[in-house]
Amino acid sequence: MSRLRAHELTLAYDRHVVARDLSVEIADGGFTAIVGPNACGKSTLLRALARMLKPRDGTVLLDGAAIGSLPTRDVAKQIGLLPQSATAPDGITVSDLVARGRHPHQSLFRPWSKEDARAVREAMEQTDVVPLADRPVDELSGGQRQRVWLAMALAQETPLLLLDEPTTFLDIAHQLEVLDLCADLHERGRTLVAVLHDLNHACRYATQLIAMRDGEIVAQGAPADIVDAALVESVFGLRCSVVPDPEMGAPMIVPAARRARRPAQSSSRIQSPARSQ
Amino acid sequence: MIGLVHPRAIVVGGTLLIGCAALLIVAIGTGEFAMSPGEVLSGLAGSDPAASFIVRDLRLPRALCAVLAGAALGISGAIFQSLTRNPLGSPDIVGFTYGAGVGALVVITVFGGSGTVVSAGALAAGTITALAVYVLAFTRGGVSGHRLVLVGIAISALALALIDFLLARARIEDAQEATRWLLGSLNTRGWEDVWPLLGGFIVLAPALAVAGRPLRALELGDDAAHGLGVRVERARLGLVLLSVALVSGVAVAVGPVLFVALTAPQIARRVAHSPGPALVLSALTGAALVLAADVAAQRLVPSTPLPVGVMTGAFGGVYLAWLLARGWRRAAT
Repeated sequence: MSRLRAHELTLAYDRHVVARDLSVEIADGGFTAIVGPNACGKSTLLRALARMLKPRDGTVLLDGAAIGSLPTRDVAKQIGLLPQSATAPDGITVSDLVARGRHPHQSLFRPWSKEDARAVREAMEQTDVVPLADRPVDELSGGQRQRVWLAMALAQETPLLLLDEPTTFLDIAHQLEVLDLCADLHERGRTLVAVLHDLNHACRYATQLIAMRDGEIVAQGAPADIVDAALVESVFGLRCSVVPDPEMGAPMIVPAARRARRPAQSSSRIQSPARSQ
Repeated sequence: MIGLVHPRAIVVGGTLLIGCAALLIVAIGTGEFAMSPGEVLSGLAGSDPAASFIVRDLRLPRALCAVLAGAALGISGAIFQSLTRNPLGSPDIVGFTYGAGVGALVVITVFGGSGTVVSAGALAAGTITALAVYVLAFTRGGVSGHRLVLVGIAISALALALIDFLLARARIEDAQEATRWLLGSLNTRGWEDVWPLLGGFIVLAPALAVAGRPLRALELGDDAAHGLGVRVERARLGLVLLSVALVSGVAVAVGPVLFVALTAPQIARRVAHSPGPALVLSALTGAALVLAADVAAQRLVPSTPLPVGVMTGAFGGVYLAWLLARGWRRAAT
């Protein structure tokens, strides 16, 4: 079953069509990772699922109703979002920032309740930021800050949670910390959708993958079922071998040696690795 | 401590309220015929007919004008700075004030108008300027704070040039009258100036209460606000309109009082250590600033009362510079 699904979406910024004919079903209780090369439209798909981008064509459905026709506040009680670019106001403390996640549950005449306090406390416990509660957010490290933003999204207490590149700008240990946290949330019953850059991380943590290239979906399914050398080559244009990872047995991508990759590289659009210079 | 209101904010708010009341009494006691706080209070209570006339009919409206104008400017500045996520994003900087100045000047120097016609001209030109800034700052994704500030600065420069041009061409008496308007003054304010300000406040208060909530979400960025269930573009347009309505009310009633909208929210934020749009604290700080500036303006040079705009500029500017310098020095050590 899928509470959240997209039906034949065409997504565009102005006249520039980014993606065409996307149909996805987000598995309830699953951890779905959207993967693909840079500019393949994966963040755009997430923005459409989060009703931040109105599709040119097609519809995003939440519980069978077009998401654009639902009151945005009601949607905010079902779908939480961890955006890529969020700014903490100057000097705001961790607990204050997390408390702002309660916005959709509050109103002018019900500004703050015990229920809100409980949700904020639980969100901070789950993300392990209780000891930071009174610290200003701008003094925290990147990893801590990401946990705080995640806590804010959790305080919203939504069954579905969308995360746009939650691990970007973090070092490997903090990336895994955030992904572990996501796995915990998933085990406790939330439905997660995350745009992830690292295919190995996606294979290891996600229960479902959506692989995209050039605005189209190349494959959908469980990592073990769909990830093989042919898929990685068709999505990323990268020659590799796929082996079971020694810890978990999930598919692990090992890029082919430089010499073996050369012909493929020259004929495809591959993101240039940051360390090339 | 989590929740909407911090204990410190309540303490600071209470202190500001008491400070405003004290300043109000001092302001009423200030003038050609100086009065002690006791005399002011008995004048307010009406027990002494002579004092009662001076207090209630002559000086109270002026002081109330200062309070209302300061509060409106404080709120307007707090909204704008939160929306633009930029401490320079005050309505002074974003073109409204100078646009209103151009309107007033055109009426005074070109058409020889005065009184309400000047106010109407200022209101019209200010609103047109604000709309122009908003439209020019509009991009496909909506209005970004950064663009709003930059476009506002450009439009302000244009308006300032126009003001200089009009002043240079004007007859000397008109230029004098225009300059007085451009500085903003509380001299000769009566009850007829208080009622429109108070009425405006009462009309806008419910809107402010409603609009303050999405503002807290918008501070986190458009995407985050979207995720929290805020209709971003609609909320932002409403907030801009509210903010402009507040400033224009002040511009019409007392002329442009510079720097209060810029400094009051900054001071409130630093004194209260509270992040976010502390609308109530900004309003109280703004009221205290304008009152104090008016008292100082009257007392420093009793023979020729300075326009309050001169004093708010000096006061606010010095205090903000001191706060920033202190903050930077702390950050450096």
